Amino acid sequence: MTSETLPDSGTIRDRNSDKSALVKAGLKRRYAAERRFRAYGVAGILFGLGCILLLFYTIGSNAIPAFTQTMLRLDITLDPQDIDPDAISTANYRKIVRQPVRALFPEVTSRRDKRALAAMLSPGAAYAVRQMVIDDPSLIGKRISILVPLSDDIDQLNKGAIKASSDETERRVSNKQIAWFERLQDFGLVETVFNTTLFTAGDSREPELAGIWGAVVGSFFTMIVTLALAFPIGVASAVYLEEFAPKNKWTQVIEVNINNLAAVPSIVFGLLGLAVYINFFGLPRSAPLVGGMVLALMTLPTIIIAGRAALKAVPPSIRDAARGLGASPLQVTTHHVLPLAMPGILTGTIIGMAQALGETAPLLMIGMVAFIVDIPGGVTDPATVMPVQIYLWSDAPERAFVERTSAAIAVLLGFLILMNTLAVFLRKKFERKW
Amino acid sequence: MSLSLILGTLSILTAIGFYMGRSRALVSADGDSHRLHSRPHYYGYYVAIWCGLPSIMFFGLWLAFEPNIVTSLLIDSLPAAQQQLGDAELGLLLNDIRNLARGDVTSREAGPELMAAAGYYNSLLQTSKLVLAAIAATLAVAGITFARTRIVPEMRARNFVEKVTMAALVVCSTIAILTTIGIVISLLFESIRFFQKVSPIDFLFGLEWSPQTALRKDQVGATGLFGAVPLLAGTMFISLIAMCVAAPVGLLAAIYMSEYASPRVRAWVKPALEILAGIPTVVYGFFAALTVAPFLRGTGADLGVDISSESALAAGAVMGIMIIPFVSSLSDDVIRAVPQSLREGSYGLGATQSETIKQVIIPAALPGIVGSLLLAVSRAIGETMIVVMAAGLAAKLTINPFEAVTTVTVQIVTLLVGDQEFDSAKTLAAFALGLMLFCVTLVLNVIALTVVNKYREQYD
Repeated sequence: MTSETLPDSGTIRDRNSDKSALVKAGLKRRYAAERRFRAYGVAGILFGLGCILLLFYTIGSNAIPAFTQTMLRLDITLDPQDIDPDAISTANYRKIVRQPVRALFPEVTSRRDKRALAAMLSPGAAYAVRQMVIDDPSLIGKRISILVPLSDDIDQLNKGAIKASSDETERRVSNKQIAWFERLQDFGLVETVFNTTLFTAGDSREPELAGIWGAVVGSFFTMIVTLALAFPIGVASAVYLEEFAPKNKWTQVIEVNINNLAAVPSIVFGLLGLAVYINFFGLPRSAPLVGGMVLALMTLPTIIIAGRAALKAVPPSIRDAARGLGASPLQVTTHHVLPLAMPGILTGTIIGMAQALGETAPLLMIGMVAFIVDIPGGVTDPATVMPVQIYLWSDAPERAFVERTSAAIAVLLGFLILMNTLAVFLRKKFERKW
Repeated sequence: MSLSLILGTLSILTAIGFYMGRSRALVSADGDSHRLHSRPHYYGYYVAIWCGLPSIMFFGLWLAFEPNIVTSLLIDSLPAAQQQLGDAELGLLLNDIRNLARGDVTSREAGPELMAAAGYYNSLLQTSKLVLAAIAATLAVAGITFARTRIVPEMRARNFVEKVTMAALVVCSTIAILTTIGIVISLLFESIRFFQKVSPIDFLFGLEWSPQTALRKDQVGATGLFGAVPLLAGTMFISLIAMCVAAPVGLLAAIYMSEYASPRVRAWVKPALEILAGIPTVVYGFFAALTVAPFLRGTGADLGVDISSESALAAGAVMGIMIIPFVSSLSDDVIRAVPQSLREGSYGLGATQSETIKQVIIPAALPGIVGSLLLAVSRAIGETMIVVMAAGLAAKLTINPFEAVTTVTVQIVTLLVGDQEFDSAKTLAAFALGLMLFCVTLVLNVIALTVVNKYREQYD
């Protein structure tokens, strides 16, 4: 029966060769599919890397102009008639800085043109002269030469962001102002210098006077508070959970809880800070103290998880040896295990702090979004932080704030890269194979 | 007397206590430290604990409750007519008194009564500081004296110090729990107040969101509509767009990194992609608003499509870029955890590498991949700054990616940034939204973490 159904050997050979022909024909298709699939993978990676490059390129190319500023060299006679030596700070410095500019353009007579001419100077020009006179009252009666900032629109014109060729109604600088500015350039009075204001001043409504220093100091105080709270508490929790905690329901709850806390949206921590710290405990709004406390709660899970991993990596033989020499459990931990785990814990802490430094949303909730000109002097002064400053500036309508926002981002990214490099360096340097 | 001065004094007293305790122990053992039960510095810590712990705890408690006590004393001192004022007006009055006491500008004419109240407030604060300093210093000194008398060579100082340290460790490890409880309670508490004003059914199923509060009673739309459906829909829509970018890119990158790339390439590419996760979200928001949205708008104009400058597409796409590493890194780990024997079995049957990946590896790693996708979704739902800066404010129910939609997080920020009064439904709505956000992300996280963990154990 079976012999009837079995085909003879010749047909088997035929069929096999048929099959191998089929397989061979299919192979080409399959190898092509293989290559396509690999290419998709490469494309995915290249897309991701391309996004990084595009992001950095956009920020970088927008930021570069912000590092220079267009200034005007003015020769000013500090007439004692204008400045009363007994009331130096209240003299009309706006008039004093406008006079030499008007003197350069005697043909400008109408009220409107005079105002347009004066608008080319930044309000900071008057402040600069005022500060100079307050610092050295003996200058009164002398003729001084001083560099004063031009307004942000003229600055943008000089940098080419506002094109003179565009239609007059589409730009914030009038044709007359462009002509005056070109005359000033011909006089050799316009200078482009490094923008120190950006790095020394607090926030301002005038882009040419705005700086990130206030935000940098605010970020610094906030980070100090965060570190002071999150690091000790985080390390203590990690040590307890990893070294001492009995393995029971309670510690399991804590563990699940920490993992979930690490994934709670940051804005929820802001709501917690608003409801508990500000409304319940009555702590001040906009203060780095509260911001730091909120960010500490956010950073805590990161530090605890990294700390536990680092402690787990210390081999049990170290513990056994120390215990064998008569050390108490706490001494084993503090004298031996913790120092060995410290590089790992520090790496986790730095990464957590880098996250906290870039965090914005929870700080908006606790009022760190206010417009603050002064440089904060302590953890309870109203302050803002770098990311919030970026957010505020990105909302500002002035064209000149775009480049300053990018510059602030560049500085923030610089700090983050520095911190992450430090973390990588620590990990590489102290990485230990047991 | 400033607070930092008090705290500084307490710290110095504690340090003095440490040295006194240590020398006392040595003296009690006639200078022979071997006769002591514990090493000498443990006696120092013993005294320092007795000195610092009670006084600094008292200091903290005092600071926590001082404002409330001082305020209630101040209210008691006010004339009866003012005590009868409503909460809001009383709050304003108290604020004025505080500002006046600090020398700031007040919103009203500073009459003699107000001046007197401000003077009283200042004197209350002064007294409070003095009392605090006195009690804290007394506690510290009493602690030192008490602890010193107890030091004898046989005393088990180390055991005491270790017990206190262990207690401190336990307290620290419960802070994470307290944070969660704090989040839940504060959100619940404010949400309940919100639901007393707006019915939960209107909130959960209402199709209109326009939370403006009325300045006048007869204003149009004075009541405010709190239907959260458009917000939820907007959030889901933007997250969906984000996942359309992140899921394919992230998965393909993960597959390439784990299956094809050489270890050297992988060692470079994986951290490089993770840079995307380390960039602050406010930077992405700026990028979306400055570069991507105008680009899309321009492209749309060229193609004759009207694309809003706050389109869901721009916000979603940039958010997708941000969450690429959340998908790629976790999926990469999961795919690498698939045992080598599965791959070799498949190769032995004649499958090509890509066929093995598609038909063996991916199905085997599927639970983990789903977990990583869920974590990425939860990240996208909770993301705030990108949508605040690049998405719209108007709540609209639409599935057109070129139109502006708004999200839960955007609304929380707009409701809470700026001036706020704490009993309006508008402000409380933010907490109800926060509670919703917390619950949704919590559920997603729990599912994702459970799936990932369970799956990992399977192959270990």
